[in-house]
Amino acid sequence: MSDRATKRNFVEAVGSRAIGGVSYLGGMAILLGQAIRVAPATLSRSSGRKALIGQMDRVGVRSVAVVCLVQVFIGVILALQLAPPLEPWGQVDKIANIIGVAGFRMLGPILTAVVISGFAGASIAAELGTMAVSEEIEALRAHALNPVRFLVVPRLIATFIMMLLLTVIANWMIAIGGYLISLLVLDPQVGEWYWSLMRDQLRMRDFASGLIMAGVFGVLISLIACYEGLRVRGGAEGVGKATTMTVVYSIVSIILAAGVFTTIFYVFEF
Amino acid sequence: MTQTEADNATNAPTSPQPVIRVVDLVKCFSGRAVLDGINLDVHSGETIVIMGGSGCGKSTLLRHMVGSLFPNEGRVELLGRNLNELEERDLNVLRLRFGILFQSGALFNSMTVGENVALPLREHTNLDEQTIDIMVTIKLEQVGLREAADLMPSEISGGMKKRAGLARATALDPEILFYDEPSAGLDPVTSAEIDQLIMDLSGKLGVTSVVVTHEMDSAFRIADRMAMLDRGRMIKIAPRNEFEALRDGEITGDEQDDLIRQFLRGDSEGPITDRRLSTGYEEDILEAAESK
Repeated sequence: MSDRATKRNFVEAVGSRAIGGVSYLGGMAILLGQAIRVAPATLSRSSGRKALIGQMDRVGVRSVAVVCLVQVFIGVILALQLAPPLEPWGQVDKIANIIGVAGFRMLGPILTAVVISGFAGASIAAELGTMAVSEEIEALRAHALNPVRFLVVPRLIATFIMMLLLTVIANWMIAIGGYLISLLVLDPQVGEWYWSLMRDQLRMRDFASGLIMAGVFGVLISLIACYEGLRVRGGAEGVGKATTMTVVYSIVSIILAAGVFTTIFYVFEF
Repeated sequence: MTQTEADNATNAPTSPQPVIRVVDLVKCFSGRAVLDGINLDVHSGETIVIMGGSGCGKSTLLRHMVGSLFPNEGRVELLGRNLNELEERDLNVLRLRFGILFQSGALFNSMTVGENVALPLREHTNLDEQTIDIMVTIKLEQVGLREAADLMPSEISGGMKKRAGLARATALDPEILFYDEPSAGLDPVTSAEIDQLIMDLSGKLGVTSVVVTHEMDSAFRIADRMAMLDRGRMIKIAPRNEFEALRDGEITGDEQDDLIRQFLRGDSEGPITDRRLSTGYEEDILEAAESK
């Protein structure tokens, strides 16, 4: 193959990927727009509210134990890893300050979102994908029922709300993990000061910035999961692919969004 | 005879205006014409069976008729409305006037059979719950599934799913019913039961039925008229008795008639199979060997 042809193929491949990426983002933006437009119709009906509660149970209640377990261990790991470098400076008590900021601002929302993308995102994509394959989505349309109103809106709102609630729980679980290690492993006195130090360190903006990100992550996860699920073609293989891509895209978008938000918060000193 | 002439000759109208008109419909996927210049009129109250081999475009044609797909050229008029020109909202209003029985039944797996049938009533009518319960019981009784109202779709057989799907499709008393492979994958008795339901709905309630199938026993049982698709083209539209005569007649040497006859009889030899074999096997082998 000539050098010119190789270059052309490369340019074509890059162009094709770029068009695919823009088209994917455009599709998700349209889906979000449709969901916002029909959300009042979903919430005004008892069937819609019932579906929302069912999804909140599925997204949040069933994943709360996993979130707690993961986040307590994050607190434990942070405390154990921070203690050695802080000890020579006599600053072990600063564990509370660092865990407070890191947990409430970043680790709480991010790791909760990662758990939820595997726990709920994959399951939403698989469910909607299976519905698409088994003609259920088409059947909804055939009955003049909007799949976005019926399926997407309850999942989107449920994931948004439950991400906020789970992040609040997650933040405290990280703090509790750090506290347990401080009290039981490091120095009982550090444990004694732990909560007051954390309280002195934390500002409302630490809590709020974490929650803002948690809400955005919730929307991203559910939107990606619904979009991937609804566009499934090709049977079980398509469902499997949608499930995998949901987890991959969710985690990548969570990290990218976290980077963007952290930069914005830094620039505006929030 | 051109297809339009065939239409004029065989579409003995039972009403002045067809309830479904497919006009010069062309649909391409990836540049390949899956449907190529289809014309078809369906009249009120009749049962028309659209048949053809796998991949001939019959399900694609059905999806055009119900507004799930839109043509590259031509148009579909349903109950006097050109589907190409309808907004989603207007299409939804039209959708309340027809029902679809999907190949798999397409029941919503998160709901019981009864809830599936109740869903269109809950969403599109102002009926109270008690009335909806009565309507659901009536619809399920029509398809012989009253006792399955509280079962989940995963707990019932394929035939029951189709019957439940039919109960749901008829929940709003549609004027037209579309059936996508209603007998596929069913045992002969269950298949005959579904056929009987289709005939009852058509005969007793005057519902217009469009059935897509390649099950010939079923097709000859239920059809008033039949339409044969082959590789995206409509090759014959005629009353059932013409197709019966063609099936039972002798081979004539007319390629189109022989092709239809082979399909109707399910013969392993004939124009359909010859066509698949005559594609330069030797040349392909030589070409592959040379390229290696």
